[in-house]
Amino acid sequence: MTAVLALDAVTKSFGPVEVLHGVDLALNAGEVHALIGENGAGKSTIMKILGGYLAPTGGQVLLDGRPAAFRSGPDAEAAGIVVIHQEFNLVPDLTVAGNIFLGRELTRGLRLDHAAMRAAAGELLARLDTAIRPDALIRDLSVPDRQMVEIAKALSRRARVLIMDEPSAALTHREVEALYAQVDRLRAEGVALLFCSHRLDEVARLADRVTVLRDGAVVRRALRGELTEDGMATAMVGRELSDIFPPKDTATAEELLRVEALSVPGIVHDAALTLRRGEVLGIAGLVGSGRTELAEAIAGLRPATGRISARGRETPIRTPQDAAAHGIAYLTEDRKEAGLLLDKPLAENLTLSALDRLGFRIDRANESRLMAQATRDFDIRAASPAMPAGALSGGNQQKLLLAKTMLPEPEIVLIDEPTRGIDVGTKQQIYRFVRELARAGKGVVVISSELPEVMGLSDRILVMRQGRIAGEVAGEAITEEAIVRLAMGLGAEVESA
Amino acid sequence: MKRIDLHLLGPLIALVGLFILGALLNPAFLAPANLSNVLARSAFIGLIAVGMTFVITQGGLDLSVGSMAAFLAGIAIMAMNALAPITGVNWGTVLLGMGVALVGGLLAGAVNGALVTKARIEPFIVTLGTMGIFRSLVTWLADGGTLSLDSGLRALYRPVYFGGIGWITWPIIVFAIVAVIGEWTMRHTRFGRHVEAIGSNDRVARYSAVDVERVRLLTYALLGALVGLATILYVPRLGSASGSTGVLWELEAIAAVIIGGTALKGGRGRVWGTVVGVLILSLIDNILNLTDLVSPYLNGAIQGVIIVLAVVLQREKRTADER
Ligand SMILES: Nc1ncnc2c1ncn2[C@@H]1O[C@H](COP(=O)(O)OP(=O)(O)OP(=O)(O)O)[C@@H](O)[C@H]1O
Ligand SMILES: [Mg+2]
Repeated sequence: MTAVLALDAVTKSFGPVEVLHGVDLALNAGEVHALIGENGAGKSTIMKILGGYLAPTGGQVLLDGRPAAFRSGPDAEAAGIVVIHQEFNLVPDLTVAGNIFLGRELTRGLRLDHAAMRAAAGELLARLDTAIRPDALIRDLSVPDRQMVEIAKALSRRARVLIMDEPSAALTHREVEALYAQVDRLRAEGVALLFCSHRLDEVARLADRVTVLRDGAVVRRALRGELTEDGMATAMVGRELSDIFPPKDTATAEELLRVEALSVPGIVHDAALTLRRGEVLGIAGLVGSGRTELAEAIAGLRPATGRISARGRETPIRTPQDAAAHGIAYLTEDRKEAGLLLDKPLAENLTLSALDRLGFRIDRANESRLMAQATRDFDIRAASPAMPAGALSGGNQQKLLLAKTMLPEPEIVLIDEPTRGIDVGTKQQIYRFVRELARAGKGVVVISSELPEVMGLSDRILVMRQGRIAGEVAGEAITEEAIVRLAMGLGAEVESA
Repeated sequence: MKRIDLHLLGPLIALVGLFILGALLNPAFLAPANLSNVLARSAFIGLIAVGMTFVITQGGLDLSVGSMAAFLAGIAIMAMNALAPITGVNWGTVLLGMGVALVGGLLAGAVNGALVTKARIEPFIVTLGTMGIFRSLVTWLADGGTLSLDSGLRALYRPVYFGGIGWITWPIIVFAIVAVIGEWTMRHTRFGRHVEAIGSNDRVARYSAVDVERVRLLTYALLGALVGLATILYVPRLGSASGSTGVLWELEAIAAVIIGGTALKGGRGRVWGTVVGVLILSLIDNILNLTDLVSPYLNGAIQGVIIVLAVVLQREKRTADER
């Protein structure tokens, strides 16, 4: 059987730096292929080459065994190759339906057939089990919802090959299940699928074939069942990974942050929480339950009512500057639109919220020192320090964002999806880092859609549901079931059957 | 890397080329009197364009600067004429007039900035509006005619435009100082970084605890103050203001900024580039006037070609970066 789409000894260089060194890869019809590897290993680059968005420097792309030189993404799409990119490609000012049918609008005569597009989009979204309205504007959607729209858009193309770059990184539990169901359906329909993911349980669950990439070269190929999750992690990182979550310590009694009766009109209702020095407080909940909005309100990024006391004093927080002045920092889940200046060099991103540390005349030497320090502390892998942040691999952008958020040395850190798109090895580093922060006497709030992550990190977990805090679990009571029940509105008690 | 440098230096090379061309075509071009004249006339647009660079870099625009200059010239002249009988024909009066122009500019700019940031109206719309308002105010104040400065004051004030150190007149000196401070501010200060960050992505800037509204407002106020400064240097040239003072200055200033390599969509500002842009525009004007190669009536057409060319060159630079 010839592969539908394959890479033959493909190399790729950006300027003088070669990032792929002779990669072979074959995608077969009716098969799910997973590509895994550390941040910056070259996964997205491979996917872009397969999808026609980048041209290989050496080697070739084979379509049905014949060399194919796609000139562009749409060119490859005409051949049935559809890509869901790691970074979204949606037009913020168009509706969901408008985006799904962008470039292939349905028409009736000369007029756009809005009704038909809305209906078709609604059907696709329903298949994905989401409540997104087809006529909502993309700019009003949360990051996970945008991801679902990307998936719906890809499904609307009749694909022979579907390539997905970390489709689940931004999704919670429930959407992920809908995604898996679609993957299973497409596989059964004979579509060749390629995806990459840093969630190894997902790789084990979905993939018929796994290819492990390290530093731009394939280091391991395996069939379903040949690699355990630990085996995958070891192959990716090149060393054994010990316990991924660091041990928890006990928080102090001193209260660092108290939030009372906080409401964000229409989204968060009457939320209350406290955070103590040395504590990691998790916030779990489904997409749309108001977790991000709650954190943004505390960080002065959203108009809200209620009372906030930071470090023992009640303070009105109306702007992000107010929050910063009280030692509160928020790490956004929306890296591309709200986190990094993609066209600016790494160092300018790093120091943006801590420029006062560099003096009235910006001290460039000191700035490069801070950058070098951050590169080491956060293991940021960049081809050159002068490159724009947008050229970093997704995971490395996340590390830069983390470094940037920590530079002003906040006391209260709200982290929204800390490890979105980050590989297992680095995850471990970040978890350790979060714990170190707590140990150093700061308070950390972690919002995460990955249950194991909130559970493994947090001393206490608040579960949100429909804009309210539905309950709290702490210590021994932290179980997946307890959290899921609260998130779904079933109450904390497990009823006996 | 070589290629990119070439793009960065493009405007500078064009400037040098124009200079050599001018010298070859007419020996009078190199005469100090001519150069002094070119530079002094560049100074008005130049001062405004330096301020405009900050506004455009943060993602804004100001169409009102030409009308604002006329309006400020008008009220400064009226203030001095009104004060002269009280305070006398002396430098004190002139300084008060200068103060009126400067503070008036600062306030006018702040009004633009406040409408953009507090009332959240598009800068294009706000400044299109104030452009009309300032222009009609000065026409009304002059009652459709011309506001002229008291002749005694005019004689006193004259050296501010015509005097200087040798052939380097005061407007040139002030422009040079402002350009250097402007470039320094953009490159080396927190304010400059914030301006670039906001233009690059204002949401990221806000999430990074940058006071977006304040920085935006400050750029408009700064531009207004620089318009005031340009007015101070301009008034002694003619000693009068009318409804046709400063017409199209806004477009020349914006053109200079764009030619100099500042991105119109914001995020990347080059003050030195703006200076080069201003000089390119006035050299073209000067060369056309000195030679009969092309009719001076075609000045606008040539400037138009240069602007489009500059933008095309910048776009090539971007795609070269991406590859
Ligand atoms: N446009 C570019 N210019 C320069 N270097 C680039 C560019 N795009 C990618 N790279 C580099 O190529 C390497 C591979 O990046 P790629 O995005 O493929 O990684 P990845 O495996 O997808 O990582 P992640 O898991 O973090 O998403 C990285 O070192 C990255 O910095
Ligand atoms: Mg990637």
